[in-house]
Amino acid sequence: MLNFTIRRLILAVPTLLFISLVIFLLLELAPGDPMAQVPLTVPPEVKEKMREALGLGQPMHIRFWKWIVQFFWIEPQVLIDAMFGTTFSEGDLRVISWQTRSPVMDIVVQRIPQTLWVVGTAYVVAILIALPIGIYSAYRQYSWFDQMGTFVSMIGFSVPPFFSGVLVIVIFSVQLGWFPSIYDTTLVVNSWDSFVLQLKQMIMPVMVLALQITAQLSRFMRASMLDNLNQDYVRTARAKGLSEYVVVMVHVLRNSMIPVVTVIALGIPAIFGGAIITEQVFKVNGIGQLLIGAIQANDLPMVQTLTFIFAVLIVLFNLIADVLYGILDPRIRYD
Amino acid sequence: MTDHNHSDTLIPDEGLAPASTALPTADVLEELATPPRSQWRDVWDQFKTHKGAMLGAVLFIFIVAAVYLGPFLWTIDPTQIDIRSRNQGPSFAHPFGTDQLGRDIMARMMSGGQTSVSVGITAMLLALFLGSFIGVVAGFFRRLDGPLMRLTDLFLALPLLPLLLVMMLLFREPLSAAFGLERGIFILIVCAIGITSWMPTARIVRGDVLAIKEREFVLAARSIGTSNSQIITRHILPNVLSPIMVSATLGIATAIITESALSFLGLGFPPDFPTWGRLLFDGVDYLQQYPERVFWPGLAISLTVLSVNYLGDGLRDALDPRIRGR
Repeated sequence: MLNFTIRRLILAVPTLLFISLVIFLLLELAPGDPMAQVPLTVPPEVKEKMREALGLGQPMHIRFWKWIVQFFWIEPQVLIDAMFGTTFSEGDLRVISWQTRSPVMDIVVQRIPQTLWVVGTAYVVAILIALPIGIYSAYRQYSWFDQMGTFVSMIGFSVPPFFSGVLVIVIFSVQLGWFPSIYDTTLVVNSWDSFVLQLKQMIMPVMVLALQITAQLSRFMRASMLDNLNQDYVRTARAKGLSEYVVVMVHVLRNSMIPVVTVIALGIPAIFGGAIITEQVFKVNGIGQLLIGAIQANDLPMVQTLTFIFAVLIVLFNLIADVLYGILDPRIRYD
Repeated sequence: MTDHNHSDTLIPDEGLAPASTALPTADVLEELATPPRSQWRDVWDQFKTHKGAMLGAVLFIFIVAAVYLGPFLWTIDPTQIDIRSRNQGPSFAHPFGTDQLGRDIMARMMSGGQTSVSVGITAMLLALFLGSFIGVVAGFFRRLDGPLMRLTDLFLALPLLPLLLVMMLLFREPLSAAFGLERGIFILIVCAIGITSWMPTARIVRGDVLAIKEREFVLAARSIGTSNSQIITRHILPNVLSPIMVSATLGIATAIITESALSFLGLGFPPDFPTWGRLLFDGVDYLQQYPERVFWPGLAISLTVLSVNYLGDGLRDALDPRIRGR
């Protein structure tokens, strides 16, 4: 198992390097100039100095190397410093945002909790809804419940978040006035009232995200259950006289959960990407909105870092899914 | 699955062998007299039994017809500004009302739909071409299999929506300078979506090609000296057509959603050039007063995607010979 994990880990390194190169090269071609906002009265040689101060004067491969070093060597040191009060990173140059002239990672760290709260809750809610639906749809295949489930998940697939989000705003916030349409991230939860307020403002974004995730997960759970329900070991379990509950919930469910667990792991990074739109609709100032803002402001270091964080998440959860599959299903391990 | 493309060649059919040895009986003769049912007839018969798919197909054809033929019947110019009749509700003159500049929303929906549907179909064709090409090459030539599949994995590990946004940011100006504003952005969006969505098709096609390559009819073709390119185009491609067609329908759906998402984030087509996503985005500003302005484009996107998804679902069932005839 350790061998298997190490092999996967080694494979992840070139993948990450390739992705960072793609992102870097894409942004290298950017026509945007960080000096565009500098007044015309500033003489060209001063401009050149400013450009060098931003690290733009050097050849491409050196800048790529410096960016990699900043990202993988200096930023972890900063993290360790912040956690243990050490001074490893003192004097090192960090990735600086062109918008705010402050380190990119500091801003990202400020924004991540909002995204995690909304997206994480939505994911948990979606899993809790999707699994029972999937199990029951498969157990009663072609029943009216199954047909309804198919229809609802088709709708979940087809209605994009920018429409469902706007739709729930129209219904619950404009017409009924139950929930606020804008997510207030400055709200501090310290009393029952503020807790209720937090709950209220979270319901709509969570609802929109959860609808999409539920649609996919419940379909997957159903297919996986159907694969297992017709297997011989299920007939054996029934023939042994086990109760129907034990057959379905213990024998079948455990085996069908193997692919579903990996799909859940694989879906987490996609959720961060997909949440860009939901965050935009509900004005949640998470990392998705940070990315959109950075793109509109032509803040390349920020865009670079954020895109790369998304990529790291994808590779990381791919790895986790692979290892999980290996742990759960011994047949994979000895491949 | 057998090789249907070769029924016209002189290779004797298995089913005919016993008939040629014994005297043909009356019903065998009758069977020979009636032309054999073609594969597509079977597919169509199976497709018809899937109610959702039929409904989806009808709806999709209706939407496409309304969007492309509608402007011939509804001749109001979508860009015509009539500031005096702005923000009107539904009426006979303007069934969907007018927007904040007095432009007719129905005309704008049609012209927006033309863009959205044509972006969806063109991007799907590009993704399909890339995906089937890479899939067939990877499946057929063993030496290229490893590198091409690693490439596919790498593309799958890219964060697609952020990258799409970045591509829109970077190449918008050079391309609109080269091809004109609207056509430049059309090319950019189609290419961006095509390049980032070929991977699932490639994987499915590769898997099928790997299995078909080992079949006897490919061996037979090879033994009579058929070249590789002929084997691919005449024997392999017709047999992987069904997964390609299914991913084509699903590709239209994702392409339309992606285009709308880009327009919704303000990084798609320019403001005076309507698409469904753009209309939705513009409608959000007037959400409180005129919620229907958000509703129509959103409904159009959702219905199109829903119909295409059902279409793909039915097509998958109809093209699978194991399910067909059940």
